Amino acid sequence: MSTTPPVPTTNPETEDTAPVKERKLTRLEKRAIATKGRLTSPWASLTAVILAILWTIPTVGLLVTSFRPEIDIRRSGWWTVIPGIFTGETEFTLDNYDQALYGGAGLSEVFINTFVITIPAVIIPITVALLAAYGFAWIDFPGRNLLFVAVFALQVVPIQVTLVPLLTNYNNWGMAGSFWAVWLSHSIFALPLAVFLLHNFMKDIPRSLVEAARVDGAGHVKIFFRVLFPLLVPAIAAFGIFQFLWVWNDLLVGLTFAAPEYRPLTVAVAELAGTRGGDWHILTAGAFISMIVPLIVFLLLQRYFVRGMLAGAVKG
Amino acid sequence: MTRRTMASNRRRLAVVAGGAGLALVLAACGGGGDDDTSDGGGDSGGGTAEDIDCAAYDEFGDLEGTSVSIYTSIVEPEQTQQEMSYDAFEECTGVTVDYEGSREFEAQLLVRIQAGNTPDIAYMPQPGLLNTIVSDYPDEVVEAPEATVANVDEFFSEDWKEYGSVDGTFYAAPLGANAKSFVWYNPAAFADAGYEIPETWDELLELSETIATEQEVLPWCVGFESGDATGWPGTDWIEDVVLRTAGPEVYDQWYKHEIPFNDPQIVDAFDEAGQILKNPDYVNAGLGGVDSIATTAWDQAGTGVLDGTCWMYRMANFYATQWPEGTEVGSDGDVYAFYLPGDGESQPMLGGGEFVLAFDDRPEVQAFQTYLASADWANQKAIATPDGGWISANNGLDVNNLATEFDQDAAAILADEETVFRFDGSDLMPGEVGAGTFWTGMVNWVTGSSTQEVTDQIENSWP
Repeated sequence: MSTTPPVPTTNPETEDTAPVKERKLTRLEKRAIATKGRLTSPWASLTAVILAILWTIPTVGLLVTSFRPEIDIRRSGWWTVIPGIFTGETEFTLDNYDQALYGGAGLSEVFINTFVITIPAVIIPITVALLAAYGFAWIDFPGRNLLFVAVFALQVVPIQVTLVPLLTNYNNWGMAGSFWAVWLSHSIFALPLAVFLLHNFMKDIPRSLVEAARVDGAGHVKIFFRVLFPLLVPAIAAFGIFQFLWVWNDLLVGLTFAAPEYRPLTVAVAELAGTRGGDWHILTAGAFISMIVPLIVFLLLQRYFVRGMLAGAVKG
Repeated sequence: MTRRTMASNRRRLAVVAGGAGLALVLAACGGGGDDDTSDGGGDSGGGTAEDIDCAAYDEFGDLEGTSVSIYTSIVEPEQTQQEMSYDAFEECTGVTVDYEGSREFEAQLLVRIQAGNTPDIAYMPQPGLLNTIVSDYPDEVVEAPEATVANVDEFFSEDWKEYGSVDGTFYAAPLGANAKSFVWYNPAAFADAGYEIPETWDELLELSETIATEQEVLPWCVGFESGDATGWPGTDWIEDVVLRTAGPEVYDQWYKHEIPFNDPQIVDAFDEAGQILKNPDYVNAGLGGVDSIATTAWDQAGTGVLDGTCWMYRMANFYATQWPEGTEVGSDGDVYAFYLPGDGESQPMLGGGEFVLAFDDRPEVQAFQTYLASADWANQKAIATPDGGWISANNGLDVNNLATEFDQDAAAILADEETVFRFDGSDLMPGEVGAGTFWTGMVNWVTGSSTQEVTDQIENSWP
């Protein structure tokens, strides 16, 4: 990220033709060109398009179903609307959305809960992890490597194992069911990966940069905010999106730790089907309501997502 | 240079986002406080203190300002009706009832008990779970208080009290009930075709044969699929038939495992049920062959009764609320149910219900337990359920308070002392069988395994 290669990667045609005759290509470049050729072939594009369509079909089905009247959902599959669209016989309705948002489950009210849970649950672990990662990357202290391995190893602890002990503690501290319990839990579960990713990213920053700042008289705080932080923005964004999606879609933590008045969207959606599952036709609408925000976030910020993840993961 | 500006812009954005987050947090905290007070005020639409006997709760002292938390598997839309039925009690005593319903109740309750975060009261959906919890966590549960016991003795039969007891100690008063021995049908279609409601099991088989020969569609639709609990509708079928062919005494021995699961009388009952369930001429109307039973969702399977693709669907009274919106349930409506016939003399009723287990003995909790076991509550609940689909075995329940003709019929059967009532056997068997191999065994049975194989297999799995 910090050092963009000077190779002109603008137009594949010019790159393929002009410079080829002038000098001998290295093996790596040849392979890159061959790969590019394979990837841009019409057959590859066709395969990609087919795959994309296949992967999208279930979601489209869900979307179509969410607009159909209850009785139609129960009687026939969503694809049966296709002939009806042209003749105008197909009936669409917003009833399911109305019921999901303003009915007994009241998704419109719990929507705000999810925001209240998600935003701190993203900010807290990132803040803590940034500081920890800086310490692990640039401060020499005895037992550093051991401690780092220990933090990273915490990732193998499954969330499910921690539910009962955590709830016991929250209960003893008198914060069971509150937002704090949910924020803390999400932060706890996110920290090992966050520290690891951000540490690797910080390690990638050339040592000379940090040393130059130190020679100029900068302390840890100044180095962190003036030198490292601007370079870290893509990594923070990447992990932020990752954590945002994770927390937004989380059911288990919300179900276990949040009191009913603080329950997130996912828990409410899970209850939509009703005591005996008879109202399952509203689930399609509920699914789309809970999907909107992550979809927007992902579409807007996806370039950070891919770039940041790779940058953090390649080098240890 | 541009990169630097962009970075600082983003930083500013992040700060704004953080600030917005904080604002949201504060707003939500304020909102939470408001919710609490509005709950305490009582919702409109429920009963008032005049409707019930407030003096019954005087013995528990001044309860003003206290609260009771309950945790149940009953969620919306039934949740609102439950909460409304507590209004009268809340107004009488000043107690606030905090309701929490979850479809993950059975798993989450155990987590909460282990973590020490128990609710004051939990509604056990079946005696098997009650048994498990009482035996696994004897220090957490508390026995029912005397006033509650007095109510249960007055309003419930000895059998129902027994279902709420573990090893002779009475813990949990019955709450709602359901009645399972019903067959849903289309009254208009029956009348048009000139079919009579069968009076005996043999007549039911004859009617099936008549429909199979006269009509273009098959007589029965059946569905066993129910997510994690796939197979339970099948266990109800078998239990109903065991009650009819082998009798209630054998049924009691069977679920208590005094006779083996593969006893010849039980095998006979399986084969009797198989005359319908495994007969490709009778099932599975409009849905496929016999094996389609295993993959048809129980809450969808009966829809065929409505549009004429099948004639009969055996399912409990709570199926009344599963019909698509706008379906009229009634003897002159779109669908109705007849009582699954017996041998002509006795007509056993299979049923189930919830039980109120307390984890605390504070006076307000005991007062609420006592209210739930009273006739007052049963009537309040009946009034708070305008769409029907709810009954109770409480004999203080005034049948006229029930909303629909069907609920009144079902409640009358439960209240009738002549009725041979038996609790759902799979709920009373150990969990490994009743919520395990019996379920899977039913799926194997309709997908090709013989009765002997299935019953042997279930017998071997009995702990």
